[in-house]
Amino acid sequence: MGAVEKPRTEVAAPASWDYAPSLEGREIVSLERRYGLYIGGKHISPKSRSWFTTISPSTEEPLAEIAQAGQKDVALAVGAAREAFRTWSRRKPAERAKVLFRIARVLQERARELAVAESLDGGKPIKESRDVDLPLAAAHFFYYAGWADKLEYAFPGRSPKPLGVAAQIVPWNFPLLMLAWKIAPALACGNTVVLKPAETTPLTALLFADVCRQAEVPPGVVNIITGDGSTGAYLVREKGIDKVAFTGSTEVGKAIQRELAGRDVSLTLELGGKAANIVFDDCALDQAVEGIVNGIYFNQGHVCCAGSRLLVQESIHDQLVRKLKRRMATLRVGNPLDKNTDVGAINSSAQLERISELVQSGIDEGAELYQPPCRLPEKGWWFAPTVFTNVAQSHRIAREEIFGPVLSVLTFRTPDEAVEKANNTMYGLSAGVWTEKGSRILWMADRLRSGVVWGNTFNRFDPSSPFGGYKESGFGREGGRHGLEPYLRFE
Amino acid sequence: MSQTVALPRAFELPGGGRLPRLGSVDAVSLEGRAAELAKRSIKRESKIFALDLAIRMIDLTTLEGADTPGKVRALSAKAIRPDPGDANVPSVAAVCVYPTLVAVARRALAGSMVKVASVATAFPSGQAPLDVKLADVRAAVEAGADEIDMVIDRGAFLSGRIGEVYDEVVAVKEACGGAHLKVILETGELGSYDAVRRASLVAIAGGADFIKTSTGKVSPAATLPVALCMIEAIRDVYDETGLVVGMKTAGGIRAAKQAIQYLCVLHETLGVEWLTPDRFRFGASSLLNDLLLQLRKQRTGIYRSPDEFTLD
Amino acid sequence: MSERLPVRKTYKLFVGGAFPRSESGRTLEVEGYNVARASRKDAREAVVAARKAVAGWSGATAYNRGQVLYRLAETMETRTDALAAASSGRREVARAIDRVVWYAGWADKLAQVLGSSNPVAGPYFNFTLPEPTGVVAVIAPEEPALDGLVSRLVPALVGGNAVVAVASEPHPLAAIELAEAVATSDVPAGVVNVLTGLRAELAPVLAGHMDVNAIDVTGADGDRTTLEELAAENVKRVVRAREEQSPWEIASFMELKTVWHPIGR
Repeated sequence: MGAVEKPRTEVAAPASWDYAPSLEGREIVSLERRYGLYIGGKHISPKSRSWFTTISPSTEEPLAEIAQAGQKDVALAVGAAREAFRTWSRRKPAERAKVLFRIARVLQERARELAVAESLDGGKPIKESRDVDLPLAAAHFFYYAGWADKLEYAFPGRSPKPLGVAAQIVPWNFPLLMLAWKIAPALACGNTVVLKPAETTPLTALLFADVCRQAEVPPGVVNIITGDGSTGAYLVREKGIDKVAFTGSTEVGKAIQRELAGRDVSLTLELGGKAANIVFDDCALDQAVEGIVNGIYFNQGHVCCAGSRLLVQESIHDQLVRKLKRRMATLRVGNPLDKNTDVGAINSSAQLERISELVQSGIDEGAELYQPPCRLPEKGWWFAPTVFTNVAQSHRIAREEIFGPVLSVLTFRTPDEAVEKANNTMYGLSAGVWTEKGSRILWMADRLRSGVVWGNTFNRFDPSSPFGGYKESGFGREGGRHGLEPYLRFE
Repeated sequence: MSQTVALPRAFELPGGGRLPRLGSVDAVSLEGRAAELAKRSIKRESKIFALDLAIRMIDLTTLEGADTPGKVRALSAKAIRPDPGDANVPSVAAVCVYPTLVAVARRALAGSMVKVASVATAFPSGQAPLDVKLADVRAAVEAGADEIDMVIDRGAFLSGRIGEVYDEVVAVKEACGGAHLKVILETGELGSYDAVRRASLVAIAGGADFIKTSTGKVSPAATLPVALCMIEAIRDVYDETGLVVGMKTAGGIRAAKQAIQYLCVLHETLGVEWLTPDRFRFGASSLLNDLLLQLRKQRTGIYRSPDEFTLD
Repeated sequence: MSERLPVRKTYKLFVGGAFPRSESGRTLEVEGYNVARASRKDAREAVVAARKAVAGWSGATAYNRGQVLYRLAETMETRTDALAAASSGRREVARAIDRVVWYAGWADKLAQVLGSSNPVAGPYFNFTLPEPTGVVAVIAPEEPALDGLVSRLVPALVGGNAVVAVASEPHPLAAIELAEAVATSDVPAGVVNVLTGLRAELAPVLAGHMDVNAIDVTGADGDRTTLEELAAENVKRVVRAREEQSPWEIASFMELKTVWHPIGR
């Protein structure tokens, strides 16, 4: 044959293979200029006459005007919930279940729109809002929908009754998912709710109001009030509430617990954490590295159960850190709407300041900082994935919750020392253990003082799996059969 | 504290380097990572680059009992010039045939850069005496094969005679002379990712230039997690010793989209240095036409018909 | 024939398995006795003793804890007279003993009733287990002096917690009689600690103590608001009796731990 290779226009081999931007279209979300409060099934202007702007943390672009609910607005919302409670709590449980099933379906149908809105308003990568937040939020409603008419089987020998009006305050890291964690069990148990989303991420909660309309949730059963911390404080102080469920910082959680002292208001708190991710020398190393990366860089580290303290068995420290740094270099930081983005924007300038301050303290206290080379966008709030080695247990970065993409690496020598160091914190939300030895996983799981222990995995969530803290990470469980109890009283 | 078993001293690499620890692999996490990488969204120029690269990485393969000189000549023509309608489309890396057809392929590919690869060592089962396997290898090399794709003895591996597997790879490597050696693990028969990792390290220790997933005759053939597992073994060897080993996935890769997924796994695990036919190959036949079709679609912006591309 | 003068008991505190006087040297005259008036420092010592006891008691097998508590019922039974004299009488004692027996039987059933295996949507095995919260402060109700304390103390114990109890202020003798039954049973030292004295002095110390994990305020009355405010400082679990006797009363002193593990080859 003797064909000779023809000259051809070479497709140049690049120095790096840059995946071209692959943007999720934002036109799927149509935002109003202004969002009022969602009270009694209507969108209303706040009596406070005060508004604030929610902005996109990745571009600093203003997205919409949001109502700032004052004391009178909060009272109105609680009143609407009180009113709705009379009929909702007496509705046939099987009918309540169907309302929740509908919500779940509508969330699935509108998943793409809500995912884009979540990434726009909160800065998290679209692949996370698309693959984690939205599917889990819908699953949560599905799960609790099924419980609504089976409560007597969840608590045999007791007679479960709804509490009344639940005041629910959710954080900015998983706005819609935390809304689902709060609203689904509350409604399933026959309560009505007043929910306050975080100041910086109100959009998906307000879009959820429209989901309620489509699902024909009766007016007043779900009320959404927006605003800053003062709105939350009004809500907790309001007399007509029977239950407070709060997810957020330990500091605010304590203030709420104090505020409710002596009142017959049931309380659950899901607060901060400083989880230890413990890696033994016999672990499946590459998968442990994935777990470490997922544990701390998932959602920019804005995760209460983030594995922010890496405890590595000294014998594999160097090898593990080498692998970890190499893996970090492949993380793509940037536009949250790019489907290839792994790490998005920091949620707010205030949070960026807090992260920067703590990272500076780490440098000042003598820990060794590493950040992979990455170009951060000019506009918006960004922080490169960061790992500190040579960290001492006494350093602030090893003790305080950073709530950002910052990992502190410490070492241990024996299983006992690992447990001791892991438990040496005021928090107790989660922990991870990586070892191939089955008996050691169980030994560790038994001794770690935290509400969730991930063995050879990390940051897994499921509606059927109870989640919540020990110690100052809070009390009460969300998820599973156990997640019903905080929304019921027993006669 | 438990340290996982280290390979015996015999498994030291040429040049004195030690292999990385044997280690273990968590299946769920590995599959999760592979699934995550499969979701990378590759567009525009980066997609054109990937499609072009994937074509250059193909070992265009025919391994049928019905193979004839005519079939091999047709395949060789396709290998040199996959898309007669577009001079910018590159040749594939190699044509892969049985030993008896190496000479035909050699002649058909003369003057081109396309290599001749031959399976050997009683492919696909590997169930033949060692001297027969070595004779198989020598015959292929003498007939002009640039590359030899051997199979490991899975019977020996699964019955714990890992030293025997190693010895055989060493012997085959020697029989190859100057030819490049690809070692097929037949991962579909190994039963677990732990075994895949162990087999990868044994093959590398024995002198493999490439490690390869499958013969294509056993299901499952290549899967993304299996490839990731092997690529991680290659990375560990490279990190610990600097030794460069190539990777070949074979069997079941028919769509351009799959090929791009493998390239993403490769890229994010081993880096841009491995994005070359010298270090990565696809063993495939029907994949090529889908790559051609997608490439033309990217360049013209119009969805194409499969009938535009030759069936060889 | 002259009447024999009875030998009177000195009612002291019960801390770390011993019966010390208050380090303050103070006593209160209650129910005809000079009862120890525990100080802040005594409360602190009791918390230290309780913390030390947590690992052993919570680490014991559930079967063992059940047996130990059943043994407590036995030692109470043999002290029926003394307990009856210190409480409202034999009926209360009988009720309290039966309650201990009832709770003792829960030790090795709790995990099955309060725990769960969770069908998560993925290749993971997932289960939830109850675990003790750690050190529990119990502010015992004023009345009934014995059964009121037992109703709150034993559900905390059966799950594996160590307890610092503040006895009924007007009727502290029953608590110390109970402590003597505890001391002669197989309950390890420090698992039960009993303070007598002024509730207003002791309860806030325990409520504000950062190494106490939960506080039962069933007997707190008017102090409840203050105690709950103090409890918020370290996010203490604040517990109040909801039912007279139930596994859910045990659950109030328990944490729930969820463990995940992949299922793979």
